[in-house]
Amino acid sequence: MSEYIEHDTQGRSVGIVVKKTFTFAESPNEMVLESGTHLGPISIAYETYGTLASDRSNAILLLHALSGDAHAAGYYSAEDPKPGWWDIMVGPGKGIDTDKYFVICSNILGSCMGSTGPRSIDPATGRPYGKNFPMVTIGDMVRAQKALVDHLGVDRLLAVIGGSIGGMQVLEWTVRYPEMVYAAIPLATTTRHSALAIAFNEVARQAIMADPNWNNGNYYGKQRPDTGLAVARMIGHITYLSDAAMRQKFGRRLQDKNDLSFNFDADFQVESYLRYQGTKFVERFDANSFLYISKAADYFDLERQYGGGSLVEAFSGAVAKYFVISFTSDWLYPTYQSRSIVQTMKKNGLEVSFCEIEADWGHDAFLLPSERLTKLIEGFLGRVHSEFRQ
Amino acid sequence: MSTLNFDNNRIRFDLQIIASWIEPNTRVLDLGCGEGDLLFYLKSRKEVRGTGIEHDEEKVAQCIEKGVTVLQGDINAEVLDYPDGAFDYVILSQTLQQVYEPAALLRSILRIGKKAVVSFPNFSHWQVRFQLLTTGYAPVTRQLPYQWYDTPNIRVISLKDFRKFARTVGFKIFKETAISIHDRKGRTVQWMQNLRATYGIFLVGK
Repeated sequence: MSEYIEHDTQGRSVGIVVKKTFTFAESPNEMVLESGTHLGPISIAYETYGTLASDRSNAILLLHALSGDAHAAGYYSAEDPKPGWWDIMVGPGKGIDTDKYFVICSNILGSCMGSTGPRSIDPATGRPYGKNFPMVTIGDMVRAQKALVDHLGVDRLLAVIGGSIGGMQVLEWTVRYPEMVYAAIPLATTTRHSALAIAFNEVARQAIMADPNWNNGNYYGKQRPDTGLAVARMIGHITYLSDAAMRQKFGRRLQDKNDLSFNFDADFQVESYLRYQGTKFVERFDANSFLYISKAADYFDLERQYGGGSLVEAFSGAVAKYFVISFTSDWLYPTYQSRSIVQTMKKNGLEVSFCEIEADWGHDAFLLPSERLTKLIEGFLGRVHSEFRQ
Repeated sequence: MSTLNFDNNRIRFDLQIIASWIEPNTRVLDLGCGEGDLLFYLKSRKEVRGTGIEHDEEKVAQCIEKGVTVLQGDINAEVLDYPDGAFDYVILSQTLQQVYEPAALLRSILRIGKKAVVSFPNFSHWQVRFQLLTTGYAPVTRQLPYQWYDTPNIRVISLKDFRKFARTVGFKIFKETAISIHDRKGRTVQWMQNLRATYGIFLVGK
């Protein structure tokens, strides 16, 4: 997902928020990952907004995408220039109304935004894990979130909501812990990556690993593989947009010049944009985390893991009420993939709603201000909330 | 003969008739559900577990906002994914005249639904006949308000045609009501239905 953080246009902000950390799986109770490796202790950064109702019927878990973090809404200080990544959707009076709901957002396992990941210190060596960090899966991320939700005293979530890799976690939640999820909104996502999606991820990973500074993942305290990570991010940004979005946003317009430079400077606005996004990204993100999380997304395959090759079988134990949403111009997770999710729900007799939102902005559309998306989420949550309380 | 005023009721007269045929606590699929008025009514009055199919994004959004479960898609494709007998009723309200393959759709409907409710504008209403006879132009009426070149309606069906269609395709008609709607008032039509009814509503099954 891109950095489209925009100030709220509707409703109010949740105001000043605090990032917290939950630590579990301490020795000797390490978490056994799907790969079989033991990992612990595990820290998970999280934030909460709103108040948990006395009957605990209003908890919503937000699940972020590849480069996201626990900071979904609000500001860290009065001087903070930017709110959280989904501030347009989360807040008092907004689509996910924090006056009504208790919203939890945690940073995924393997990330670098406060949760345990390759940049964290390996207790066995006293040095950062680097490439010794075990491979984590979407399932492992969800198990860590489950530990956090248990810790917060929530036995059943009203809803799990997320887009892209966050949407994979939504789907994983509903098959791994069906009894804990009443409703689910997977946005712009898939039950498994297409070859196209894996291909883009692989090129992005190769860009990082080809950077001499990457040094087999052992670069902490030294020169970071910024060039490789920036290129990886540039590739990502191409997949998050669309032909139409790029045509509208950039066309062939030149950046701060009237004519071609006849060298390899950023002549075109689109070049300049990608370079800027790449440079900005390296300031906040860890290259190894990018490798691990993108690989986890590529490994994600619900039909193989839960259905022996059948997606219908994979969802045979699910009970959630689903609302699947896709976007017309999303070519990373195209609508046909959402439709196959919907088809599976229908075959399993599950309650499912589906809407394909007309949007030019490609995969990133789920993060951009959209009155349509806001109303859809607000309407669906309103219904399931009243049903859940009965 | 009953006369009901629209203003006193939240849903259209034809939808009220359909709703009266649906047993409480049943599973209902509404094909071409529009903004979900019927499903909302059935859910709030009869505790029906309903799903709608609608191709228009704006109408789908209206459904979601009122708390109706809805899938955006094409009815001919969407009916294929459901298991046999997934619904107690499948409703095809005022859409049959727009369906490209009505027999195939009816068979699908009766595979996934135990019963079906089908309603359509009656093309043999006297106004339609009169217009064609006297003016020589393709009829344009309140029920069929389109010019021939911009109409979504690709089939012309009369009440008698539908009864014959049932025999040909091989399904039973359990119940039927002919209605006439004029000036926002609806009433049932008891005699000379094929001539006097603007709409036919049929409860069918295998």
